[in-house]
Amino acid sequence: MTIAVHVENLGKQYKIGTAPQNRGGYNTLRDQIAGVFSRQKRLEAKKPDNMIWAVKDINFDVEQGQVLGIIGHNGAGKSTLLKLLSRVVEPTEGMMQLRGRVGSLLEVGTGFHPELTGRENLYLNGAILGMHRSEITRKFDEIVAFSEVEKFIDTPVKRYSSGMYLRLAFAVAAHLEPEILVVDEVLAVGDAEFQRKCIGKMNDVADAGRTVLFVSHNMSAVLRLTDESIVLEKGKMIMRAPTAEAVDYYLSAGHARAGEKVWEPEDVPVTAAPFNPRAIRIVDNRGNIVETIRSTEEFTLEFEYDLSAPITGLRVGIYLYTARGEPVFTSFDTDDPRMFNTHTERKAGRYMSRCVVPPDLLNTGRYTLGVNASSYRIRRYFAEERTLEFNVDPAGAPGMHWDEPRPGGIRPRLDWKIEKLDK
Amino acid sequence: MAKTELATTQPQKEMLTIRPPKGWISLNLRDLWLYRELITFLTWRDILVRYKQTLLGASWAIINPVVNMLVLQFIFGNLAQMDTGGVPGPIFRYTALLPWMLFSKALSSSGRSMLTNRGLITKIYFPRLVIPLSSVLSGVVDFGISFLVMIGMMIYYKVAISWAMLTIPLLIMLTLIVALGVGLWLSALNVLYRDVGYILPVMTQLWLFLSPVGYSSASIPENLQLLYALNPMTGVIEAFRWAMLGEAPATLGLQLATSVGISLIVLISGLFFFRRMERTFADMI
Repeated sequence: MTIAVHVENLGKQYKIGTAPQNRGGYNTLRDQIAGVFSRQKRLEAKKPDNMIWAVKDINFDVEQGQVLGIIGHNGAGKSTLLKLLSRVVEPTEGMMQLRGRVGSLLEVGTGFHPELTGRENLYLNGAILGMHRSEITRKFDEIVAFSEVEKFIDTPVKRYSSGMYLRLAFAVAAHLEPEILVVDEVLAVGDAEFQRKCIGKMNDVADAGRTVLFVSHNMSAVLRLTDESIVLEKGKMIMRAPTAEAVDYYLSAGHARAGEKVWEPEDVPVTAAPFNPRAIRIVDNRGNIVETIRSTEEFTLEFEYDLSAPITGLRVGIYLYTARGEPVFTSFDTDDPRMFNTHTERKAGRYMSRCVVPPDLLNTGRYTLGVNASSYRIRRYFAEERTLEFNVDPAGAPGMHWDEPRPGGIRPRLDWKIEKLDK
Repeated sequence: MAKTELATTQPQKEMLTIRPPKGWISLNLRDLWLYRELITFLTWRDILVRYKQTLLGASWAIINPVVNMLVLQFIFGNLAQMDTGGVPGPIFRYTALLPWMLFSKALSSSGRSMLTNRGLITKIYFPRLVIPLSSVLSGVVDFGISFLVMIGMMIYYKVAISWAMLTIPLLIMLTLIVALGVGLWLSALNVLYRDVGYILPVMTQLWLFLSPVGYSSASIPENLQLLYALNPMTGVIEAFRWAMLGEAPATLGLQLATSVGISLIVLISGLFFFRRMERTFADMI
C-alpha cells in the first residue's frame, strides 16, 4: 500500500510572552527598535520559557485511501497539526512528506467576498482552493445543485442567509478533488439534512481512493467516517488506535469525575459574575453521590451556586449529551411558567437548583452533563459543555432479554398493548 | 481490495517533502507558475470589488486623475509658473499622472495586501507572492480608463501620434516593476510592523513631489540631476512624457537607465526579502 502522508518527529514552536500574538497580533517598529537597544529584552525573547511547543514529536503514516481521525481536547494541537499538513505554517523541526495535492477545509468560505455574487465567489473560491478554471466550469452545475442555492447564484453573497452561505462554501470545497483532504470541523455547520449530504460526500472521497484527515469534536461523525484515529494531548500524540478505542480513551481522559464536580473560585471565569457555580452532583435514590445510575431508578441532579448580586429572569439548567456528543435534552429550573413567575428575581445568596430525572428514561451507556446559567436573550452568565460524566446501567431496562445494542439516547418504558383484531 | 487496485492503477504522484526552512530560501517561481490562475482570479476580484457599492463606479478612475491634474496645474502652473517646455500645462501634467497614479495605487494596495488578505493567509496554502502581485496588476484597468481622457486631451491639444507611443506597454511594465519591488518590501514589513500602514500615505505624498509629475525634471539644478535620477519613477515619468508628447529633458537616457537598474535591484531584493519573511506570515499576521 502506498503511503500518502508521512510525518516524522514533527514539531511546531510558538513564541509567547514577548510574542506579538499576545498583544493583539501586532508589533510596532518602536518596540523593535527599543528591543535592539535593550539587552534585557533581547535575552528575554530567547529564553525557552517564552517558547511553547504547540505540537512536538508527532510521528505517523497514513496510507493512500485511508480516512484518519484526529481527536483531542481544545488546545491539544489539532489545529496546529492540520495547519502544518495543509502547509499554512511551516514546521520548526522534523519533516513530513505528502503525496499529491493537499486540499484543506480549515474553514469553509475562506476568501468569499461579500460583494461578489455566488457565481463569482464560486470561481474565486475554487481557484483559492487550487482548482483550475476548466475544472470549476466543468463542475459548476454539480456544485450549484449540491449547494441548493441555484436561485440566488447571481445575488451577492452578503444577501445570503448564513445557511446558504455555508452550503455554497462547503459545496465548492466538497468538489475539490485533492489526493489528500484535510477537514476540520466543517460538519458543525448547516442543518441535519445538509450534514448528512456532507458526510456522504466525504465517504465518496474516501471511496475514490483519496486520503482524508478528519478533525472533529463530533465523536459520532468521527466514528462513522474513520476506522482509525490518533489522539492528541498537550501537543503530543498519545495514541493511535481503531477509532472506537480512541474515542473511548478521549472521552474518559481528563473530564471523568466520580459523580460530582466542585468549582474552585479560580476555575470560574470572571465574566460569570454575579453567578458563581459551586458544585453539581448526581445523587441516587439512596442519597449517595454516584457515577453510575441504574436506568430503572430515578436519580437527582443537584446544582449549587452563589449569587453575589440579584439576577432577574435567571434560569439555571442542564444539557445532556450522549458520549458521542449527540444532544439528548436541555432543561431549565424555570421551564415551568409558574416557576418562572414566582422566581422573577433571585436575590444575592446561596442556592441549589435540583431536579429528579424519572426512571426508565435513559439508554444504557455513558452520558455527559453540561450546565448553563442565563437570562433569556439578556445574558449568558456561565456555561460549560462537559461538566460531569456518568454511566447508565441497563439492568432491568426494557428489552434487556435480547442481547442487542439499542441505538439512541433514551430507552423509555412504553405502555405496549397487544390485541388480536380478527377474534 | 477494490481500493488497493484503484491506488495502484493511479499514476504515482510525486512526493513533496517539507522540512523546517533554513536561511535564505529560493524564490520557488515554479510554484508561483502553478498558481498563475489564482493571480488572475485575485486580480479580477480586486477589479470587480473596487467600484461595487460606489455611486459613480468606474468613473472614479477618471475623476481622480483629473482632480489631481487640476490641483497640480494650479500649484505648479498658475502659482509657481514652472516651465513645461512649451507643452500646455494640463496635458503635460495629466500625461505624468497616468504612470504616477498607476504606481501609487499599485504601491498602496500591494503594501496593504497581506493584511487585507489575512483570512486567506492563515487558512490556506498558496505562494504568498500571489497576493502583492495580483494587487499590483489590478490597477491596470484603472489606468486604461484614465487613458481615455488622455486620448480626448490629445485630440483637443492636437498632439500628433508617433511611433514612440509603442513603448507605452514597456513603460507600464517598468512602472509595475517599481511598484511591485517597493510593494514587496512594504507588504512583508507590514505583517511585522503595522507602522507601514501609516508610512504609506506620507511616503506616496512625498514621492509625488520628488517625481517630475507637476514639473519637468529640467527644472532640477544640474548638480542634483544624478541624485534626482535615483528615484526610479523619474525615468518612467519622463519617458512616458516623451512617448506621448515627444517632449523630453536632455538627461532622459541617464534617468531611464538608472530607473531600470534601481527598479530591478528593488524587485529582486524585494522578492528575496518577501520569501524570507513568508515563512512567518501565518504565525505573525
